[in-house]
Amino acid sequence: MSAQAAEVAKCYLDNSWICGRYWSDYRPELTDATVQHLWITVVSVLVGLVAAVPLALLARRNPTVESLVVGGTTIIYTIPSLALFSLLLPFTGLSPTTVIIGLALYSLTILVRNVLAGLRAVPDEVVEAARGMGYSRVRLLTRVELPLALPIIMAGLRVAAVSTVALATIGAIVSYGGLGNLLLQAVGNQFKAQIFAASLLCILLAIALDLVLVGAQRLLTPWTRHAR
Amino acid sequence: MLADVWGYLTDGSHWSGSTGIAAFLVQQLLLTVTAMVIAMVVGLPLAMYAGHRHRFGFLAVNVSNVGRAVPVFAVLLVLSLGPVGSEEFGPYGRAGLATLISLVLFALPPLITNTYVGITEVDNDIVEASRGMGMGERKVFTSVELPLAMSVIMTGVRLALVQVWATATIAALVAGPGLGRIITRGFANHRTYEVVAGAVLVAVVALLLEGLAVLAERYADPMRRAQRSDRRGRRTTLREEPLPEAVV
Repeated sequence: MSAQAAEVAKCYLDNSWICGRYWSDYRPELTDATVQHLWITVVSVLVGLVAAVPLALLARRNPTVESLVVGGTTIIYTIPSLALFSLLLPFTGLSPTTVIIGLALYSLTILVRNVLAGLRAVPDEVVEAARGMGYSRVRLLTRVELPLALPIIMAGLRVAAVSTVALATIGAIVSYGGLGNLLLQAVGNQFKAQIFAASLLCILLAIALDLVLVGAQRLLTPWTRHAR
Repeated sequence: MLADVWGYLTDGSHWSGSTGIAAFLVQQLLLTVTAMVIAMVVGLPLAMYAGHRHRFGFLAVNVSNVGRAVPVFAVLLVLSLGPVGSEEFGPYGRAGLATLISLVLFALPPLITNTYVGITEVDNDIVEASRGMGMGERKVFTSVELPLAMSVIMTGVRLALVQVWATATIAALVAGPGLGRIITRGFANHRTYEVVAGAVLVAVVALLLEGLAVLAERYADPMRRAQRSDRRGRRTTLREEPLPEAVV
């Protein structure tokens, strides 16, 4: 018992990067931060996706809309996250909304391009054949075009999800950065074990989300597997 | 609110001094330029060689995926507490060295991936034809592969520049140098107008840098005129292809 106590003291006193005891002592904090990180990421990417599909559909039909959408999102993408969250501060304050709007805008930039590219990659013959079979525009979109565009859309979704996990840490500036909150705390007290744990969880979260999306893509597009 | 921001930005006293806007702006621009030069000197030759030999493709392409997944904030924090310390670093300011190294690390992935992809995507028939015409490897690279890949490489440079500027802004979260300090100072003192003023400065310079990079991209592209006469050709599809890299 005393030996363990000495070990604990050493691990914290030395301020080591790797401290097993930190993980058990701070489990509630780590869990809360990871859960917040995950929901902020998922909501942001979903909001981005929900906005990207109609924008891409509009842009597909109209070159003016396309240059507006692509140009506009490129401008947003150029603005650093710390500045974007700060610019939203007067409107949405210190709330998760500030972070979600910012992250959703970045996701939108990636997703709108991939949805457009995916829809454009659908072979004309397939669209013609579906029209010839009497498919309405809505059915053509939902049954033919979107499923065939899915591999490219999913590729965009993976890029968006992974970069959103990394970016969400900056949300700490408005106190909603998930694991980034733990990082910002550690700036003051230089708590290395906390920095290591939060960074590692952040990278693991990105990898886990990526794997989930790869799995989802395999389930949703079984034909791409047979083609190999 | 807007008036407060405008007032802050137009008040000369906020621009002068060692923690004034001008000093932070110079620090961040200096960091950005230095990091870009180092990253280009290190990254471009490596990626060009790999692209020319069609080797290490897996590494060259995946370095971007790794770069996207690693949080900038974490890297800055680890480096500033690690061996590269957090003391002043010449004109680069507080935690300047740790920041500079992080910037170089995050500039490399878009540079390497775009350069590698740009060179390997050059039509193999053209490369074979130039070899058949008796061009040596060096000539094939400098006269054929490099000019044809130039627009994709320059896109990589532009993406890296945007990335570096954004990363340099975040350095302020770990008490590093640069304009981000105005934002964090505003947060610390509950002065929203200062936060917004800092953010406006960072965003405006980011857009200016992006604009300059787009101009440089056009200027450096030897295929620009050829492209104009052949708008539906291969170049157009190549130009649409590169997706934006990770933002920070």
